[in-house]
Amino acid sequence: MKFTVQVKVMPLKELLDPQGKAVMTGLGNLGLKAIEDVRIGKNISLQVEANSAEEAKQIAEEASKKLLANPVMEYFEITAV
Amino acid sequence: MKFGVVVFPGSNCDRDMYNALVHDLNQECIMLWHKDSDLSEFTTEDCIVLPGGFSYGDYLRTGAIARFSPIMQSIIEFAKNGGKVLGVCNGFQILCESHLLPGALLRNNNQQYVCKNLYIKDVQDKVYKIPIAHGEGRYYADDATLDILEKNNQVLFRYCDEKGNLVPEANPNGSVRNIAGICNETRNVFGMMPHPERACSSLLGNTDGRKIFEILFSEVMEGVI
Repeated sequence: MKFTVQVKVMPLKELLDPQGKAVMTGLGNLGLKAIEDVRIGKNISLQVEANSAEEAKQIAEEASKKLLANPVMEYFEITAV
Repeated sequence: MKFGVVVFPGSNCDRDMYNALVHDLNQECIMLWHKDSDLSEFTTEDCIVLPGGFSYGDYLRTGAIARFSPIMQSIIEFAKNGGKVLGVCNGFQILCESHLLPGALLRNNNQQYVCKNLYIKDVQDKVYKIPIAHGEGRYYADDATLDILEKNNQVLFRYCDEKGNLVPEANPNGSVRNIAGICNETRNVFGMMPHPERACSSLLGNTDGRKIFEILFSEVMEGVI
């Protein structure tokens, strides 16, 4: 069976995210003062051939640990299978 | 001692490195292709250089895809056997992604690509003027890792002002503890963001890069510092 797995990769909370900071400035200029913080990550969509959703998730986790996210600077979450 | 310079798709400082090593420093140097994996002509006395550039378009993260290229598998093995490896700029990023060096290089804290001459100092507090050119050079590692690096004298270069002061204004990218270059614990793998190969010829107006290569290939490798 084919599964679509979504992996969310985000910069670690304690690290400065310059991209988010720049977008935050833009939002401020738009007058959207209620937005207090912006952090930008990635959403990676994987098409996985597997026998079950659980197996597809495990494969995506392995891919995330080995390549899609770098634990020195990022964390990841499997957001949907 | 001879050198091998790796060419990845997207490398753009490979020829600069070759020219500096061959024409300015009179070294033997061979170009290596990322799809090759044969390093049998190199011994642990030799040095493989990962040049600057944008390998694989910096996709996913800088250096992340290059790490899985055929030649990197051989280079990781070569380094583990004591072979010497130098990474400059994107090469430094690849070495961190390959876990040959600790830490990672993040996007510059000032949100800008910075291309200019600046000053770095070595472990003996000697100051050099060397160009940098990067958008993702903010060295980061957790405090425990940084303490180990400092305890073992693995921090080889730090950003400083002209007089050698480690002031925040001299730090072009927000690197922790002003770190510009490090080596591994066994002192055979080196990574730095500044480009010594761009400062080796009097025609280019700056020869401080030669001293950087001398430090790396004599003093650090011979265990003097």
